Amino acid sequence: MAELSKNGEAADATPNVTEVETVDAATEAEAVAAIEAPVGRGEPILQVRNLVKHFPLTQGILFKKQVGAVKAVDGVSFDLYQGETLGIVGESGCGKSTVAKLLMTLERATAGEVFYKGQDITKLSGRALKAVRRNIQMVFQDPYTSLNPRMTVGDIIGEPFDIHPEVAPKGDRRRKVQELLDVVGLNPEYINRYPHQFSGGQRQRIGIARGLALNPEIIICDEPVSALDVSVQAQVINLMEKLQDEFNLSYVFIAHDLSIVRHISDRVGVMYLGKMAEIGTDTQIYDHPTHPYTQALLSAVPVPDPEAREGRERIILTGDVPSPANPPSGCRFRTRCWKAEEKCSTEVPLLAIPERFQGQDTPAAHESACHFAEEKDVIHAA
Amino acid sequence: MPEPNYDEGAAIAPTGAGGAVDLAMSEGESLEKTPGGPLGTGPAGKPRSLWSDAWHDLRRNPVFIVSALVILFLVLISIWPSLIASGDPLDCDLAKAQEGSQPGHPFGFNGQGCDVYTRTVYGARTSVAVGVLATLGVAVLGSVLGGLAGFFGGGWDGFLSRITDVFFAIPVVLGGLVLLSVVTSNTVWPVIGFMVLLGWPQLSRIARGSVITAKQNDYVQAARALGASNSRMLLRHIAPNALAPVIVVATIALGTYISLEATLSFLGVGLKPPTVSWGIDISSASQYIRNAPHMLLWPAGALAVTVLAFIMLGDAVRDALDPKLR
Repeated sequence: MAELSKNGEAADATPNVTEVETVDAATEAEAVAAIEAPVGRGEPILQVRNLVKHFPLTQGILFKKQVGAVKAVDGVSFDLYQGETLGIVGESGCGKSTVAKLLMTLERATAGEVFYKGQDITKLSGRALKAVRRNIQMVFQDPYTSLNPRMTVGDIIGEPFDIHPEVAPKGDRRRKVQELLDVVGLNPEYINRYPHQFSGGQRQRIGIARGLALNPEIIICDEPVSALDVSVQAQVINLMEKLQDEFNLSYVFIAHDLSIVRHISDRVGVMYLGKMAEIGTDTQIYDHPTHPYTQALLSAVPVPDPEAREGRERIILTGDVPSPANPPSGCRFRTRCWKAEEKCSTEVPLLAIPERFQGQDTPAAHESACHFAEEKDVIHAA
Repeated sequence: MPEPNYDEGAAIAPTGAGGAVDLAMSEGESLEKTPGGPLGTGPAGKPRSLWSDAWHDLRRNPVFIVSALVILFLVLISIWPSLIASGDPLDCDLAKAQEGSQPGHPFGFNGQGCDVYTRTVYGARTSVAVGVLATLGVAVLGSVLGGLAGFFGGGWDGFLSRITDVFFAIPVVLGGLVLLSVVTSNTVWPVIGFMVLLGWPQLSRIARGSVITAKQNDYVQAARALGASNSRMLLRHIAPNALAPVIVVATIALGTYISLEATLSFLGVGLKPPTVSWGIDISSASQYIRNAPHMLLWPAGALAVTVLAFIMLGDAVRDALDPKLR
């Protein structure tokens, strides 16, 4: 029986150990200088190109033989512009969180590039990688496991300063931590408390304060509010929007809650089975979706108005998501798509502006990976 | 900047710790168990870590108190046996062999005419020394090897796992008979060495498992995302969170090492006379169990109480450190 290689996974999870490539000092210094240079507003700060992550499936105990791979992320490309929020949505298991880990270099990409200010961070190591980590930070999904239960809040938020001592001189750290607590709306006197003494929303604020400590440019948010109550979700989201304005942050916001993503995002990407299905501005995606998967996803959003609900068409998908270890040929969505034809099983649709919309000035003219892309307004349909 | 509203989270959040404190107010006992929330502080006025929570639970657990007192007593008499036994365990008078209880000699005499009370008291030192030193060795070796294997994974981990499989396949008593029968030393060290050799795989598995569990926690990923070094992640984040199961298993194992020492001595491959040990006394008394049962019962009783105390202590510590039972 094939099982997911624990060893392979563990080896991937500790990139620092396995790094053998040596970068000579001059190129490293060059990379660090490039990373520290500022980027103007509206310019791309992160460019992801054909990012691939395959987890090997191995057989055998002593002599491991690779029998296949879970294609968690299989060729994802997008840009993140300075100061914007890019939402990434998709159902469970579509590779959203793996994308987040790859952007953080917590996992090493199998192939593809992630350019941060022109530097491919998937190839960096040592001092240059540490400099990148200062500028790209993460907010985790579960506020109950993302804070070390044996450290005080002061130690948790102060840890970034221990790792990057150049950011704050030693005597200044306590004050900095208290400032950060204040910024995220927590009482600075809580500095000596332990995480279990806080509610979920407060813990998530602590996680955000830790992410902000190094004054990063990009924050990757991996489902930052899905573990929180709805009322607390709103507080955390509003806090994040406020911080974005204050510190000029760029967010990659990963979630499965479509309404929250629409609320916070400037642009939205829809993922299905390790590939990007459609990407565009929030209006383009929500009001003018052209990919059948996006349309199905949006038609499942609950509508609070019973009158509007009556006439609404619901697209019910049949079947389950195929296994990422053995994805369908051609278009990944074809097994559940009502538009699927012969062409879909042979030709992989590229993520591009569909031919029929090319050169037109309509909101439907955005990148969509479908051979038969056509506009369908599922939210307002009556 | 707008006026900060610090308590908004706690006030709105239905699951806020503030609410937990209010609930706990109605039951005096659980107020103690609920660490101070953001709104109110704990009874001591300062925050408690999980360790101090566990200590707090342990202090009111009668099983813990009794076993801890027994262990404390054992440790005291193994350091200063003359506190409660004035005689010499090697001062024997064959004329008194197998005699029962007498004034000044409450436990009677053994087959060599030695005072059983004095020998039982002096025997504690060997048992406690073997138990504590073997446990320390096993815990250090096992948790370092297992912890590193769990953290780094890969080939080293696979290699170590196979090695532990090999050691698990060796029956302890048979291994003892084979390995210790060739040793002629009269000290406790060969026995301790043997226990460490056969005991570390158990601890290493526990340590490996709990390190792998701790490693997958988001706070370790967060530390890595901040650029933390491996040693920082291991020492600051993983070790403190992976230590609890190791401590619990080691405490329970301590009891079994003491009984293993007695077993090996009984079989004649452990400690050898003139070392004073419960196992040796049980072994030599076993032939006379019908004529003079007191010779067997006192050292065997002391052994049973000691092992029970360590196992119960381990049990109590495990319960206190398990947040799910809280």
